[in-house]
Amino acid sequence: MTEMLQYDFMQRALIAAVLVGVTAPAVGIYLVQRRQALMGDGIGHVALTGVGLGFVFQTSPVWMAVLVCVLGAIVMELVRSRGNQRGDIALAMLFYGGMACGKLLVSLSPQAGSSSLESYLWGSILTVSADDLVVIGALAAVVVAITLGLRRQLFAVCQDEEFARVTGIPVRLLNLLLAVTAAVTVTVAMRVVGLLLVSALMVVPVAAAQQLTRSFAATQAAAIGLGTGVALLGVAGSYQADVPSGPAIVLLAIAAFAVFSALAAPLARRRHRARPADGPAVCDVALPGQQDGRRTDAPLPSSGLAQ
Amino acid sequence: MSTAIPQAADPAAPDPAAASGAPATDADAAPAVRLLDATASLGGRPVLRGIDLTVRPGEVVALLGANGSGKSTTVRSVIGAVPLQRGSLELFGTPLGRFRAWHRIGYVPQRTTAAGGVPATVREVVSTGRLPQHRLLPFRRRDRAAVDRALAAVGMLERASDGVAGLSGGQHQRVLIARALVGTPDLLIMDEPMAGVDLDSQQVLADTLRSEVARGAAVLLVLHELGPLEPLIDRAVVLRDGCVAHDGPPPRGVGQHALPGHDHVHPHADDHHRSTQGLLS
Repeated sequence: MTEMLQYDFMQRALIAAVLVGVTAPAVGIYLVQRRQALMGDGIGHVALTGVGLGFVFQTSPVWMAVLVCVLGAIVMELVRSRGNQRGDIALAMLFYGGMACGKLLVSLSPQAGSSSLESYLWGSILTVSADDLVVIGALAAVVVAITLGLRRQLFAVCQDEEFARVTGIPVRLLNLLLAVTAAVTVTVAMRVVGLLLVSALMVVPVAAAQQLTRSFAATQAAAIGLGTGVALLGVAGSYQADVPSGPAIVLLAIAAFAVFSALAAPLARRRHRARPADGPAVCDVALPGQQDGRRTDAPLPSSGLAQ
Repeated sequence: MSTAIPQAADPAAPDPAAASGAPATDADAAPAVRLLDATASLGGRPVLRGIDLTVRPGEVVALLGANGSGKSTTVRSVIGAVPLQRGSLELFGTPLGRFRAWHRIGYVPQRTTAAGGVPATVREVVSTGRLPQHRLLPFRRRDRAAVDRALAAVGMLERASDGVAGLSGGQHQRVLIARALVGTPDLLIMDEPMAGVDLDSQQVLADTLRSEVARGAAVLLVLHELGPLEPLIDRAVVLRDGCVAHDGPPPRGVGQHALPGHDHVHPHADDHHRSTQGLLS
């Protein structure tokens, strides 16, 4: 298990996995809170155009993807905030257009091999270079600073946008900031889990964590911990079993969701037992005229709840 | 005073100050809300057709009217959520565009059933009402104490660490009111605070409102019926089809309409109006 740490590429892969495991759920929780869980997926589609542009112009696909993702996320946020009824159609155009455009651009580029595009679609964490790691680290630091430093403001905006406006915080600016942060996160996670599975790492750890939590802060902390855990385990496991790391990470996260969901029901029951003030679990009030003899029977369908 | 305002808005409406009997001591203080000749439309349909609305410091004003008469749109334009096409809005004497003293306003939106996609505790939701005070600084002890006080005021302190998703309608409404109270606002704006609220919670809300009024806060309430809040209300503004149909003492319920718990399906305008129904529906 420890011998993989001797390889430079594995060290870089594990560091990249930690960075993604922290950032993706840290942003994703706000999207889930606002019921925009699939926004990361949409940004991932748009990012493909950025990768394609990078191929065509022979520049870094990561920076091109950052640029295009940020623009795409801002457009998505503007469509959302206008509450346009045709908004979902506009988003669909953006998603499919972004994906088709990306594939087209890659095919036009000099190095038009499908294998190079594959590494962005599904991630190729073992090819992360030292330079890549610097870029990913810098972007991740920005994402963490925003999502944790402004967590009260972002929570307020995502919880109740209209109320947040009355508290005087710059709601529109924070919405745009969140969209840009999500876009940056997608490009950070692109190399690790791939554009097609990016959204999973933003959503699944949050969904899994909230099976067991009651507060937003605990959900965020647990989701980040879980994201980091499955990212590390997924990379290490994919090395051992010789499988791609992206799918391994995502399947581990979904397994955690399944386990936590199974644990959630008994845990909720235990919490309820700890609170006797809730009163009896079944009706103990007999309707007038039924007090004689039938009280111990099963409650009639018509008997009301105890006040 | 209570003549119907024509469809084309008439800005020369009488000053409601004359009718409300506001204390003379407040005469020189800037009104908490001063909305003049406000028009607004939603989706191209005119909803406000020239509303005048003034709330002076310490005054409790009820905004009444049938569904679709523009009550909610009026309060949402007061907080700047609905842009005005014409007219002017001043909050505490400052035009909305330059208004920054949001800590003076506590807002209770119409309760929605849609909870967020992530669990949140009662304390976390109420703490967002403290944002105008601590801003980018960390949440300090006095912020926490303010949250405790607001939760205690609505009787929800012992539920502080419970999730909001598991609350009843009345409890949820209490949480939203605590969130508005946590910054000790000078103006409370509440949109249908009594809708779908059980009797116990209605009593808590009425008591809370009474102590806020005693503290000197101005209150702008959207109500479907006067109900248990009636004794608190200084002035009622009745909207009809996006216009002010009545501005003066609260109209008294008569007959079965005066019975406690009677659920009104239309507002009481005064006798000059033969009918207050058949508006936009």
